[in-house]
Amino acid sequence: MDLTLNVWRQERADAPGKIVSYDVPGVDEEMSFLEMIDVLNERLIEKGEEPIAFEHDCREGICGSCSMVINGVPHGPQPETTTCQLYMRHFKDGDTIFVEPFRAKAFPVLRDLIVDRSAFDRIQQAGGYISINTGNAPDANATPVNKEASEAAIDAAQCIGCGACVASCKNASAMLFVAAKVSHLSLLPQGQPERYQRVLNMVSTMDDEGFGACTNQSECEAVCPKGISVSYISRMNRDYLRASVSTPV
Amino acid sequence: MSAVETSSKLDAKIPAGPIAEKWTRYRFENKLLAPNNKRKFHVIVVGSGLAGGSAAATLAEQGYKVTCFCFHDSPRRAHSVAAQGGINAAKNYQNDGDSVFRLFYDTVKGGDFRSREANVYRLAEVSSEIIDQCAAQGVPFSREYGGLLANRSFGGAQVSRTFYSRGQTGQQLLLGCYAALNRQIKSGGVTMVTRHELLDIVQVEGHARGIVTRDLKTGEISSHAANAVVLATGGYSNVFYLSTNAMGSNVTATYRAYRRGAFFANPCFTQIHPTCIPAAGDYQSKLTLMSESLRNDGRVWVPKKQGDTRKPREIPEAERDYYLERKYPSFGNLAPRDIASRAAKEACDDKRGVGPGGRGVYLDFKDAIARLGKDAVAARYGNLFDMYNRITGENPYETPFRIYPAPHYTMGGLWVDYNLMSTIPGLFVIGEANYSDHGANRLGASALMQGLADGYFVLPATIAQYLAGFKGLVSDTRPAAFREVEQDVKGRLEKLLQVGGNKSSASFHRELGQVLWDKCGMSRTEAGLKEALGKVKDLRERFWKEVRVPGRIDQLNPALEEANRVADFLHMGELMCHDALQRDESCGAHFREEHQTPDGEAKRNDQDFCYSSAWEYTGDDAVPTLNKEPLEYENVKLAVRSYK
Repeated sequence: MDLTLNVWRQERADAPGKIVSYDVPGVDEEMSFLEMIDVLNERLIEKGEEPIAFEHDCREGICGSCSMVINGVPHGPQPETTTCQLYMRHFKDGDTIFVEPFRAKAFPVLRDLIVDRSAFDRIQQAGGYISINTGNAPDANATPVNKEASEAAIDAAQCIGCGACVASCKNASAMLFVAAKVSHLSLLPQGQPERYQRVLNMVSTMDDEGFGACTNQSECEAVCPKGISVSYISRMNRDYLRASVSTPV
Repeated sequence: MSAVETSSKLDAKIPAGPIAEKWTRYRFENKLLAPNNKRKFHVIVVGSGLAGGSAAATLAEQGYKVTCFCFHDSPRRAHSVAAQGGINAAKNYQNDGDSVFRLFYDTVKGGDFRSREANVYRLAEVSSEIIDQCAAQGVPFSREYGGLLANRSFGGAQVSRTFYSRGQTGQQLLLGCYAALNRQIKSGGVTMVTRHELLDIVQVEGHARGIVTRDLKTGEISSHAANAVVLATGGYSNVFYLSTNAMGSNVTATYRAYRRGAFFANPCFTQIHPTCIPAAGDYQSKLTLMSESLRNDGRVWVPKKQGDTRKPREIPEAERDYYLERKYPSFGNLAPRDIASRAAKEACDDKRGVGPGGRGVYLDFKDAIARLGKDAVAARYGNLFDMYNRITGENPYETPFRIYPAPHYTMGGLWVDYNLMSTIPGLFVIGEANYSDHGANRLGASALMQGLADGYFVLPATIAQYLAGFKGLVSDTRPAAFREVEQDVKGRLEKLLQVGGNKSSASFHRELGQVLWDKCGMSRTEAGLKEALGKVKDLRERFWKEVRVPGRIDQLNPALEEANRVADFLHMGELMCHDALQRDESCGAHFREEHQTPDGEAKRNDQDFCYSSAWEYTGDDAVPTLNKEPLEYENVKLAVRSYK
C-alpha cells in the first residue's frame, strides 16, 4: 500500500518543530508500524536526508520505549497495543497518517519523536520500593499471599512505564501510572509497612514534576497498552486520604 | 580427563575443597571490608538489567560508592525486561526430588559439559536466596490458591522448579531490582547516569580504572574513574541482525574490553531458541520469542508428507509427525533448546516445514484446550496468545502457532575467573556478558537466575577481594590514559561520520546477519566457516567505504549510535567464526556437521576439546590467539547427553 506520513520534526529540545510530509510507497501489511518507519528512514539516509529519530527497543511491547501519537492517539488505533506491536494491516492504501511525540509539560521533546520521561523515574525514587537489603529475606513461602490480591497486584504491576496515560490526558496527569505503582505494592503484605508514607511521597513528587490533576475522564485506561484499570486510581485515592488524615500508629 | 594444558595466562582461582563447601569456605576466607572503608571505594557498573541493576543496588547497600550507567532513558528498559517464562531455583517446593545438586547437574548436562563445575554449583546454591529476595521486594510471582508460589517446568529438566509471573517474569524481576536501585539512588548510594553509552574502557598501570562514555543526548564524550569497573552489558545475539534481542542490544562494551585485553570465551556458543515467530519479509527488524513455557502444554508437529499445503486442522492425526515426542520420548516437547531447534531445522530442510517459505513448524494447543479448557489455557498463556495474534493476525486458540528457531542468547562472553573478574584486573563481568555458567547451551529460565545470582550475591562478595588491595578512593580522570582513550573514541566516531557513502549501516548489518545465520548458525561446517570469514572481512571493508552516517557527533543521533554498534558486530562475527572453526567437535548449540552420530545428534570430543576457549586480541585484522582453560569434572561424570 502507499501512504502519506505527516511527522513531527524537531532538531533539538529548544528548537521549533514542524510537521513534515513524506510519501511512503510500497508498504507491506505484514510490517509493524516501526518497521514501516525503518524503511522510510533507510530511504532518507540513502537520499542524504536526516532520518526520523524515535525511541524503540524491545519491539515486543514490554520495554515501554515507544512513544508516538498516531492520528491523535498514543500508540495508535488498536486497543491494548504498543506502537511496536501495531501492524500495517490495520491501515489501508492511500491513508494519511499523523505521527507526533507524546506531549506533556513533564515530557519535554528531545528530538523529533523522542521525549524525556525521566520524571517517571523520579516518582519511583520517591518511594516506589520496599525497603529490604539483599540477604535479609525470609523464605519466600513464609508469607503466603491471597490469590486474588496477588492477581490484582500483577494486573497493576504490568505497567510498562510508557507514559501513554499522560499523553492521552488533557491535563497530562500521571495518576494512572502512579496508581499502578502504588497499588502493586500496597496490595501485597510485603508492602504494608511503608504503605501510607509511600503514597504521600510518590504523589507529592508527581505534583512537583508538573503532571496535572485527574478529572476522571478515563482516557488513560482507554490507551493503556496493558489495559490497566482506572479503579487503581480510586484505590490510590483511598490510601492517600487515609494517609493524609491519620497517623500510622 | 583431557590432556589439554592450561594457558599460563588463565587462572580460574577455583577455591579448594569439596564442591559443596567451596563457596562457603571462600566467603569465610575472603577478606572483609569494614563499612567505613567501603565508602572509600568507587565502583562503576555498566548496564542496569538484572545483573547490573542488582549489583549496583547491593553494592550501594553494602556501603560502596556506586555509579551506574545505562544507554536507555531509564534503567527499567534494559532488555531483561522482555524475558517471559521464568526463573529457576532449587527450592523443591513441589517435593518432586529437586535439590541444589540436581539443578547443578541439569545445568552442567544441559550445557553439554562445557562449563566450569565450581561456578555452576555456586549458581545452584544461591538460586533459592534469589527467590526469597525477590518475593520480599514485592515481585508479584504467580501463586496457587493457598497463597504459596506456583511452579512450572522448562526444557531440560524433569522437575518443576521454574518460578514465574504470568508471561512477564523478566519485567517483574527487573522492576524488583529497579526498585532496589531507586532506593539507593534516592539515598545517594548510587549515582544513576542514563542515556550514556560506554564506548571504551581505560586502564592505568594494567588495571581497569574507568570508562569513556558518550552522552546520547548531547554527544559529549567524557571519562569516569573508579576503583573497579563492572560490565553487565548483556549478550551479542544481534550479531545475527535478526534475533529476539531488543534493537539496542549490542556487543560494543564487551568487544571494546576484548580489544583492550580481556579474553573473549567461547564466542561461537550462541543459542538459537526453538519457539519464535517466523520472519515475514525483508523489512523484518527483529524476531519475537514465544516463551518456552508454551512447550509445557503445546505439542510440536509438522506434516508427515513433504510439501503438504493443507490447512493444519485438515491434516488428520495419523498424518502428523510429533517429531519431538517421537525422537525424545522421555523429555518430549520439553527437550532442551539446541535439540528442539535443530529438530525443527531438520524437518524444514526435509521440506515438511509450514507457512511462508516452509520455514516453520506447528505448536498446537488443541489437545491442551480439550484437556484443560480454553479458560485454563488462557489463564496460563493468555498474554502470549494475544501477542501472537497481534503480530500475525492468526488466532492460536483455533489454529496452531507457527514457530521457527531464532538467535536468542549468547553463552559465550568475556572470560572470567571464579571471582567474575576478566583477564584485565579490576574489570568484572556479570550476567549474559560473561561466559561462565551455561557451557555450550543454556537451559530455559536459567538466564534470569544467573543474572540475579551474579548481581545480588556473587559479585558483591567477590569484588571485596580485589578492592581490599586499595588504599583509597579512585575518582581521578586526569591520568593521560583517559585522554588517549577519549581521543580514540572521538576519532572513530568522526571517521564514521566522514565515510560519506550512500548505504545505511542497517543494510550492512542485515548482510552480516545473513552470512552468520547461514554459516555460523544452527549448523556449521569447516568450508562454510572459512567462506564466512572471507565474507565478513569483505563486508567490513565495504562498510568503511560505503556507509553513510547522517548528522553530527554533538547531538542526539540514533543513526551514529547504530553505525558504531554495527562496526563492532562486523568484528564480532569474525571472532565467532574463528572459534567455531577451531572447535572441531559438536557440543550443545555448536553443531559441526562433520561430527554427528548416525541419528544426527551432536557428537562431542572430550579427548581434544574439553576446555573453554579464551581468545586474545592481537589486532583488528589479525587472527586472535587461543588460550585454553581445561574443564575438569570431579562431581559429574562426562557422559553422552541423552534426552531420549
